[in-house]
Amino acid sequence: MNSASEYDLDLSDEDRIELLRTMRRIREFESTVQNKFADAEIPGFLHLYIGQEAIAAGVCHALDERDHLTSTHRGHGHCIARGLATDRMAAELYGKETGYCRGKGGSMHIADVEAGMLGANGIVAGGIPIACGAAVSAQMRDSDEVAVSFFGDGALSEGAFHESFNLAGTWNLPLVGIIENNQYGEMTGLDEQHPPAALDDLTIYGEPYGAARDRVDGMDVEAVYGAAKQAVERGRTGGGPSLVECVAYRFEGHHEGDSQFYRDEGEYDEWKQKDPLLTYPEKLIDEGVITEEEYAEMEAGIETEIEEAIEFARESDLPDPSEAYEGLYSEGGGHA
Amino acid sequence: MSQTTDTQTDSLTLVQAVRDGLRGEMARDDSVIVMGEDVGENGGVFRATQGLIDEFGEERVVDTPLAESGIVGTAIGMAAYGMRPVPEIQFMGFVYPAFDQIVSHAARLRTRSRGAFTCPMVVRAPYGGGIRAPEHHSESKEAFFVHEPGLKVVIPSTPYDTKGLLAAAIRDPDPVVFLEPKLIYRAFREEVPADPYTVELGEAAVRREGSDVSVFTWGAMTRPTMEAAENLAGDVDVEVVDLRTLSPLDEETIVESFKKTGRAVVVHEAPKTGGLAGEVIATIQEEALLYQEAPIERVTGFDVPYPLYALEDYYLPEPARIEDGIRDVVEF
Repeated sequence: MNSASEYDLDLSDEDRIELLRTMRRIREFESTVQNKFADAEIPGFLHLYIGQEAIAAGVCHALDERDHLTSTHRGHGHCIARGLATDRMAAELYGKETGYCRGKGGSMHIADVEAGMLGANGIVAGGIPIACGAAVSAQMRDSDEVAVSFFGDGALSEGAFHESFNLAGTWNLPLVGIIENNQYGEMTGLDEQHPPAALDDLTIYGEPYGAARDRVDGMDVEAVYGAAKQAVERGRTGGGPSLVECVAYRFEGHHEGDSQFYRDEGEYDEWKQKDPLLTYPEKLIDEGVITEEEYAEMEAGIETEIEEAIEFARESDLPDPSEAYEGLYSEGGGHA
Repeated sequence: MSQTTDTQTDSLTLVQAVRDGLRGEMARDDSVIVMGEDVGENGGVFRATQGLIDEFGEERVVDTPLAESGIVGTAIGMAAYGMRPVPEIQFMGFVYPAFDQIVSHAARLRTRSRGAFTCPMVVRAPYGGGIRAPEHHSESKEAFFVHEPGLKVVIPSTPYDTKGLLAAAIRDPDPVVFLEPKLIYRAFREEVPADPYTVELGEAAVRREGSDVSVFTWGAMTRPTMEAAENLAGDVDVEVVDLRTLSPLDEETIVESFKKTGRAVVVHEAPKTGGLAGEVIATIQEEALLYQEAPIERVTGFDVPYPLYALEDYYLPEPARIEDGIRDVVEF
């Protein structure tokens, strides 16, 4: 498993502060909506990204505006790292008219064409073939855009993953698959879902498809960035698909309300030592990139941002019932 | 046909009746295997299989990888060689990766092999809305499966029927898609015989007798339909027929009820277009046209993807909308 030192990093202090800010914003958003869900303000299902922030932040930092993404049911982190506005995201979670999907998608379907965000996805592995298509489009237009698909370790068991990477390898597509190995497929551990040969390196699934493989510490945002940057560069320059495994840990349940009976004793505490929201601020402070006061100030600003996002969501209107038919077909009006 | 050998009963919710039905069939037949995502120690997303792993072990309560097509396809192969697998799909909206295996293979194995192979498999999935979650987590797409010859499709609406229909489905020699109304998984209790019994597939149940209008429905919509009927009592005499098995349809009970009332409403939560109401109405037209006294009304979901919370209450048929439909038909 690679650490940041394995990569040729080109991160300025400003970049590193930005990575920290992104992770902190994701954490704040997630912790806040977790509370609002517990208070029954947010209905439906909620799958939190807490613990995996370094992956979204690191990968998205390696992308340009022109690139494309598909996300998962655990997609808030990807959206924030991609630059989506937390107020419109919160509004979507609240089912409000001002949300990214006008209150029709909720937590699991946030999409934003302008950001190249093809959508979170309620179906495990559902986004991978779509990213494949975005990559085909990029290739056919002779652009140097890449398509990145985030998915969990569980998605590697789905046919959609294998079909997509077979296509990507055969057609030499600029597709970057980011495996977010958070140790669990829903409530079942890795070792019950994959054969022994895959357990130590899930990128083995990319081998027959000719994907370039990399395995990286998913709790280290700079390592993730380094791996993603290489994979993206490969895609941009006609090098074909990559598969990057980010080894991380999901600090919360599969969904809110999950009893988490499956965790081994001490496992959580062990991973907690590697929590990127503990280690990275400490590192940047130690290295003099940011002072404790500056970080406290950053945190306060983020807390305000997320509070305001929730307020925006609360105050927004519910969609009118007629909205259900809007956007269904192109002639039916549709979203601007 | 209900076979009961014991009068001892338990007061069960619908989801408990699923579990009790599975337990009963697993105890009486070693070839019954429960499999699916997190069905083991976790007991399934809705706890339908809770505790079964302790009783029957990991060999018969199998946690699978996230692989719907693989789960159902594997179950087909197991069924072809004498086992009775009961794969669970966590939500009906997650079944589509397995749709190919169900439609292209499970439904056709017997006919392709001229009966040499059979597929005694039950695909269980919670279906339907009302839990404030969007799209895949709430949809009701029973018509997809009813459209496929070779499949049976069952939707219970009470704990008693759940246990009996599930047992019948598991014992059935052919593949059954068994859809469970998750909205009423825990909505009420009913006395359910402790011993295994079956409720025969293909038979509708008249939940309420009436002479003015027949209302046909199933699953989670049975309760709001009954409520509408009670609200109209004294004014309109409503007959409520719970279809229970959607394929094969109990045409005899449908036609018999309609011949008595001459008026009908069909209630389902699936979108209107291509929904099963059309099939019920066509059956009536074919078999009892001359008894018809009014256009037949459909009270259904709308032709949109299942909407999120804010619009859900408008989407799902509720007693007031069902009452309006009934009045339209009666006052025609």
